[in-house]
Amino acid sequence: MKFLGKHRWLWLALGLAVTSVSTQVQAANEQYFPLQSYRIGPYAAGGSGFFGGFIDYLQYVNAKEGGVNGVKFTWSECETEYVVEKGVECYERLKKGLNGAPAAATNPLSVGIAYATLERSTADKLPLITINHGRTDSTDGSVFPYAFPLQLNPYSEVSAIVNYIGQQSGGLDKLKGKKIVTLYHGSPYGKETSPILELLAKKYGFELTLLEVPHPGNEQQSQWLSIRRIKPDWVILRGWGVMNPVALKTAQKTGFPADHIIGNIWSNSEDDAAPAGNAAKGFISITTHPSGTSFPVLQGINQYVVKAGKGNLQDPKRFGNVYYNLGVVNGILNVEAVRVAQVKFGKRPLTGEEVRWGFENIKLDDARLKELGALGLVQPLKLSCADHEGGGAVRFQQWDGSKWKVISEWVQADRQLLRPIIEKSSHEYAKEKGITPRDCSKEEVAAK
Amino acid sequence: MLYQETGQFITDYRLDKRFFRLKQERWAFAALLACAFLLVPAIGNDYWFSAILIPFLVLSLAGLGLNLLTGYAGQLSLGSAAFMAVGAFATYNFHLRVEGLPLLASLILGGLTAGGVGLLFGLPSLRIKGFYLIVSTLAAQFFVLWVFTNFSWFSNHSSSGVITAPRLQLLGIDLNSPVGRYLLTLTVVLALGLLAKTIVSGELGRKWMAVRDMDTAAAVIGISVPKTKLLAFAISSFYLGIAGALWAFTYLGTVEPHGFDLSRSFQILFIIIIGGMGSILGSFLGAAFIVLFPILLSNVSSGLLAGAIDPGQLENFQKMMFGALIIFFLIKEPNGLAQVWLTLKQRLRVWPLRF
Repeated sequence: MKFLGKHRWLWLALGLAVTSVSTQVQAANEQYFPLQSYRIGPYAAGGSGFFGGFIDYLQYVNAKEGGVNGVKFTWSECETEYVVEKGVECYERLKKGLNGAPAAATNPLSVGIAYATLERSTADKLPLITINHGRTDSTDGSVFPYAFPLQLNPYSEVSAIVNYIGQQSGGLDKLKGKKIVTLYHGSPYGKETSPILELLAKKYGFELTLLEVPHPGNEQQSQWLSIRRIKPDWVILRGWGVMNPVALKTAQKTGFPADHIIGNIWSNSEDDAAPAGNAAKGFISITTHPSGTSFPVLQGINQYVVKAGKGNLQDPKRFGNVYYNLGVVNGILNVEAVRVAQVKFGKRPLTGEEVRWGFENIKLDDARLKELGALGLVQPLKLSCADHEGGGAVRFQQWDGSKWKVISEWVQADRQLLRPIIEKSSHEYAKEKGITPRDCSKEEVAAK
Repeated sequence: MLYQETGQFITDYRLDKRFFRLKQERWAFAALLACAFLLVPAIGNDYWFSAILIPFLVLSLAGLGLNLLTGYAGQLSLGSAAFMAVGAFATYNFHLRVEGLPLLASLILGGLTAGGVGLLFGLPSLRIKGFYLIVSTLAAQFFVLWVFTNFSWFSNHSSSGVITAPRLQLLGIDLNSPVGRYLLTLTVVLALGLLAKTIVSGELGRKWMAVRDMDTAAAVIGISVPKTKLLAFAISSFYLGIAGALWAFTYLGTVEPHGFDLSRSFQILFIIIIGGMGSILGSFLGAAFIVLFPILLSNVSSGLLAGAIDPGQLENFQKMMFGALIIFFLIKEPNGLAQVWLTLKQRLRVWPLRF
């Protein structure tokens, strides 16, 4: 008995925890977003910005319109630190909804977690949104009904970068004999595009060198020494988190010009460029959405959420930066999916399966984007059963030492070239797993 | 007196060698098994299976593997995660490339491959000891991950280097549901746990402990020290390999080489330090502490303090609390949780009397 007595406080804490869980009340008419967020660890800048923007947009919709058709949004967070196991734990913990509000979709913002929860999402019928990243072949919705690499999948991303380099060199035929180095993060995310780069190198005749930087990317001396030896025309930086500023600084030390480094979609934020100081001046990167606060939707968030003291960001200076705006874009797309699905299924909280239908029927043209106050922030997007990506275009921006300046129009990926590769890969996956692909031609007829 | 021994006489050698010498212990173990195999599948939900029980079992097995090597044979190692990776990737490749190979056979072949690699990296232990040996096993840690990252053959040329689980099927029964994966893991861990108990209480285990306590003395009484050490490396790596395969296939369903990085090796080392060196039970208790306690803390705090503290801060706070608890605990009981259990048992023997 003495043993138990000594640990009285522990039992007390346990008891409190149990009662606090059991006294929660049932909340009706709410739609829930489980957030596998990360605000600490080497990728905290990305996580806090993205989830900050996402939450603020949901708060904005709640405050301004009382949700969608009277259905309010609710959410709760679970810290993953970008660690796959924690992400899985969070997914399992949150997938059932909150106080009776059903989960709409999961948005882990991590390739590793997305891979680990892909099959679980399919089994649980819960859409898995991997905006601007994720598994490329999940673009083929007939095999991956519940995965959505919205706007831009990794293959489109590198294809668009190579098209841009072609433009800068005066035509894709001028790429012959050019030297391009890709410096990539040593993770599934970093490696995903290597075969496509190799394919494009063969097609256009440029010399490609792939250099890996081990996670998390603090140590790049030897890679940049190799780059100095190779003397490439361009360096594609496929980094993430702390790897990006280190790359820019090391590039400066080894004398490689920043304006010949092209950052990919996860090397494109203020948090990547600013910490590198003047080493980042001239650094070019792609983006699917400009930073800035001039868009009506951001003005709205400022008015309804930030000024009301409910903004999610700790540092108000980050309002309107690249990660934050990506979170807002992600919020717009998620809310839009709920809105579209409500037209078909009724004005009530929806199940994951119904929200998935909503995602597959998103159609954002300029007129709709204008209504949302997001014209210029989100690219025109049309999803379908067969196409879970929808866009596939990027713009290029350059860091002037304190902020990003957009320097190009939309550059489109070569989606005709990529589609057969994506389908080959997705069909292989289907064979391996014994999945019968959906017949998308039938689904689209039914939707009309 | 809950833990009474009176009237239980040991009359022959066979009885003396039983896993559990007391009636009460045998009953408790049978009850535990019945609970794990019948009750838990009946009442558990997806969250319990996928997020708590499976990782707990798998890490227990990994801890057990390292405990055989470090706790029983006295060989320090920081390469545990590397041997797990070998097990995972070997199982994947056997299953992928050998048509019609049953799941269990791939698993065992994967474990044997890991055992072979472990044997190889155990060779330096014949010449070096202690902290120097840690460095040579560290080499395994870096080398193995480098191999799997750089040669895409191992991940079947998957562009991202990620491997995904095959269909889990055993004797025609589909095990893809969370319950199925839990039962598969539980069965494998139970079988290997009992095997480990047999090994350490048998001749080999005694040799290991002799080498651990003083290898010169062991050599003098006729134990072949090199053979004993290498067997420890091979068997330990076999366990770790199976644990790695289970981690990849029954827990995550997918894995990349960096899922088995140095921090995983440290995690396994902490499991046996906290659980208790040289104790089978300690591996399970240590894994429970390392795996379940942070989850409990996180669940409790997100229930109690949700909204009150910034979620990132909350996570940092949990880390501090967890660290403080580990320090407190190791000061109070440096021999680990297994020792707490022994002390408790000792007290229950005399309860309600005081010492």
